[in-house]
Amino acid sequence: MSVIPAPFSYHRPKSIAEATALLAEHNDEARILAGGQSLIPMMKFRLAAPEHLVDVGAIAELKGIQRVGDALVIGAMTTQHELQLSKTATDAAPILKEASLLIADPQVRYMGTLGGNVANGDPGNDMPAVMMCLDAAYRIMGAAGPRTVKARDFYEGTYATALATGEILTAIEIPVPPAGHGYAYEKLKRKIGDYATAAAGVVLTTRGGRIATCAIALSNLADKAVLATDAAATLIGTALEKPALDKAIAAARAIMSPAADTRGTTEYRTAVGGVMVERALRRALARAKG
Amino acid sequence: MAKMHVKMNVNGAEVESLVEPRTLLIHHLRETLNLTGPHIGCDTTHCGACTIDMDGKSVKSCTVFAVQADGAMITTIEGMANPDGTLHALQEGFRMMHGLQCGFCTPGMIVRAHRLLKEIPNPTEDEIRFGIAGNLCRCTGYQNIVKAIQYAAAKLSGAPMQEAAE
Repeated sequence: MSVIPAPFSYHRPKSIAEATALLAEHNDEARILAGGQSLIPMMKFRLAAPEHLVDVGAIAELKGIQRVGDALVIGAMTTQHELQLSKTATDAAPILKEASLLIADPQVRYMGTLGGNVANGDPGNDMPAVMMCLDAAYRIMGAAGPRTVKARDFYEGTYATALATGEILTAIEIPVPPAGHGYAYEKLKRKIGDYATAAAGVVLTTRGGRIATCAIALSNLADKAVLATDAAATLIGTALEKPALDKAIAAARAIMSPAADTRGTTEYRTAVGGVMVERALRRALARAKG
Repeated sequence: MAKMHVKMNVNGAEVESLVEPRTLLIHHLRETLNLTGPHIGCDTTHCGACTIDMDGKSVKSCTVFAVQADGAMITTIEGMANPDGTLHALQEGFRMMHGLQCGFCTPGMIVRAHRLLKEIPNPTEDEIRFGIAGNLCRCTGYQNIVKAIQYAAAKLSGAPMQEAAE
């Protein structure tokens, strides 16, 4: 087992333009280094051996959290630790902090970035499902110019996303959910630092105590983060009464296809996946005002 | 690959070196700078034995390249004791409360706890346990590590300290 990465050339651009130029020059031979908490372990195991590493850690434009009207705009290189400390982010969408605190461990959260978490395309990452619940959009820059892709359209499979070679995620734009919305992120894991055995996020709003809008998304329960659209639709107009809740959980389980691994069999992970959906829904409803 | 010039402040001293880009910070600290306090435990970002303080962050130095630390302020366990050579409150706490047995995790534990107490000077037991969740100890069961950090928190807040039984 090697734990020394293969040799590479290191680049530390100071601007997004400089970074995209480097990516365009080196194409498939370049990888972006964000916080490095996923990529560096992969390089140590030689599961990744990029010839050029483009460290985007010195690009000031990729930092910062701002409220812009009805949107929260978070720079891609914002670390999980910075996100957790941001009152602006937590006031607007408290599910961000709740989910962030469940990622890895303190040291990894000081280095690990929100952009890296959502752009890596690892189905075990937690933020993709959160961004799907919030209906976030990803701002992307490439040699051809800027474009925006919705989180709900971004994920294609394990390590496969809408991000093309040469492109870089620059920021995440989150429409601020209405005041009084309910939210929860439930993650079952074997220990702190582990990826989810199963996890589910919920963002909902209520009217007269009944669910008016609802988004449910799942982490590590398929080859990518998935939005449980049918499950959420079942719950509109309900207050999670038994028959509707059971139907929603069944609909969520129907789209789960977790791999059998050291965290459990496909059957077990699907079973607890349903439990995570139920817990997240109950906690989100209890928090909702309206 | 060509070596790169890096400059960092390590435990108060400016250090300049040439490093290969793929050199991990832990190897740079241990093998080039002879700072063998930070340990290599798992080498896979789990155990926290290699934890150092970099620009006010607790980081696992097995998961950072030395080139990323160019310009950084770094503190390792070697930089924890007071300038007069007396023990830092955390080091004293680990000794007084028996916060170590084999000692392998201790340098990482103390450097991590240092940053935790900077951010939360008077942490609850839960905050301590959550705050050191990235550092594994296979000897103590953590009980006395928690007590050692509580001891240091109290001492750093100016509380009169009672001598622990030796």
